[in-house]
Amino acid sequence: MSNDPIHQFHLQKLIPLEIGGVDISFTNSSLFMAATVAATAGFMIWATSGRGLIPSRAQSVAEIAYEFSSNMLRDAAGSQGMRFFPLVFSLFLFILIGNLWGMFPYFFTVTSHIIVTAALALLVFATVLIAGLSQHGLGFFKLFVPSGVPGWLLPLVVAIEVISFLTRPISHSVRLFANMLAGHITLKVFAGFVVSLSALGVVGVAGSVLPLVMTIALTALEFLVAFLQAYVFAMLTCMYINDAIHPGGH
Amino acid sequence: MFVTTVLTASTETVVEGAEHAAEHGAAAGGVFPPFDPSSFASQLLWLAITFGIFYYVVSKVIIPRLSGILGTRRDRISRDLDEAQRMKEESDAALAAYEQELAEARRSAGQIAQEARDKAKAEADARRGEAEGRLNEKLAVSEKEIAAIKAKALSEVDGIATDTATEIVRQLVGGTATRADVAKAVAAAAKQ
Repeated sequence: MSNDPIHQFHLQKLIPLEIGGVDISFTNSSLFMAATVAATAGFMIWATSGRGLIPSRAQSVAEIAYEFSSNMLRDAAGSQGMRFFPLVFSLFLFILIGNLWGMFPYFFTVTSHIIVTAALALLVFATVLIAGLSQHGLGFFKLFVPSGVPGWLLPLVVAIEVISFLTRPISHSVRLFANMLAGHITLKVFAGFVVSLSALGVVGVAGSVLPLVMTIALTALEFLVAFLQAYVFAMLTCMYINDAIHPGGH
Repeated sequence: MFVTTVLTASTETVVEGAEHAAEHGAAAGGVFPPFDPSSFASQLLWLAITFGIFYYVVSKVIIPRLSGILGTRRDRISRDLDEAQRMKEESDAALAAYEQELAEARRSAGQIAQEARDKAKAEADARRGEAEGRLNEKLAVSEKEIAAIKAKALSEVDGIATDTATEIVRQLVGGTATRADVAKAVAAAAKQ
């Protein structure tokens, strides 16, 4: 069990629940979703409770997160896109903190399950689709017709654009999921090598230094990836939102 | 590398699947956990609940608070900048007024000095004129006196000459000449 790199992704039913034959148990995944939300919301509320003109450290962190996300959205989608800011900000914080929770040993990584990232990606996809259609009506489909393309090439380009639009939720969700999954497996595998090699006596202990160094380096890399993937997910969300607002703009 | 790791990992899981199923009593069986559809409903539900709550809290509490804080700060900074700008303008105006007053003061000081100089000069001129007048008067009086004295002296010269001539005549000739005759002779001599 200790050496199985997949073990960390198993769901454990903490409170078994079932409604109409559908299993909706409160699992370790649910626990860490709740922990992510509670920690993030709790921190943000606590940090901003002073409403200081001169921010405390915690308030600075909250402000930096806010300005980082709002600049990201404003740069990508303009000031019109700011009405989607709650979505972008929630997604960014939820994924970032969910990823970081996963960096604790024995903790569950919420974003290492495809269904979670897919649900979030589909939420973005649906938001883009609904906002785009409600704002521009059929004009939204200009998104698939880039300007300046010669007529004979247009059917091909439109087909490519449609396919790329429809596959967005897949790439959007798999990118995050695969990064978290692969990173955690790699970490676990190298850490497992340390344990296995150490069991082989003196030579093994000496040899286990290499995977130990790798584990440490990968841990650092995983922290970077945890942030980077949250950033990439939020950034892509901003760009998709831009498409909903300015469908003819590219 | 990641892919091969995942692949080996999943085969391992398949191998150890039975063991795990027994261990967790989960419906997972030998399925790779992230792809186990039996957990999807639960994960979706709890994601919807937790993310829904989070979205609500973020949009209703956290974002309004943060935008309020940042807005207040932005307002405060721009107000302070305006205030600083206003103060700078005030100080510039004060400086300009000061310099104008200084220039005026300098001009009026020059004027006052010029007036004082003019007045002093006029007074000095007047005094000199007066003194000159007085001196001229005195000069005139003295000249008159000298002329009078001179005239008197000249008028007495005839008498002295007559007396002297009479005496000379008496001493030399021994006779006496009448004073009238001598006077006549002196007058004739004086005429020549």
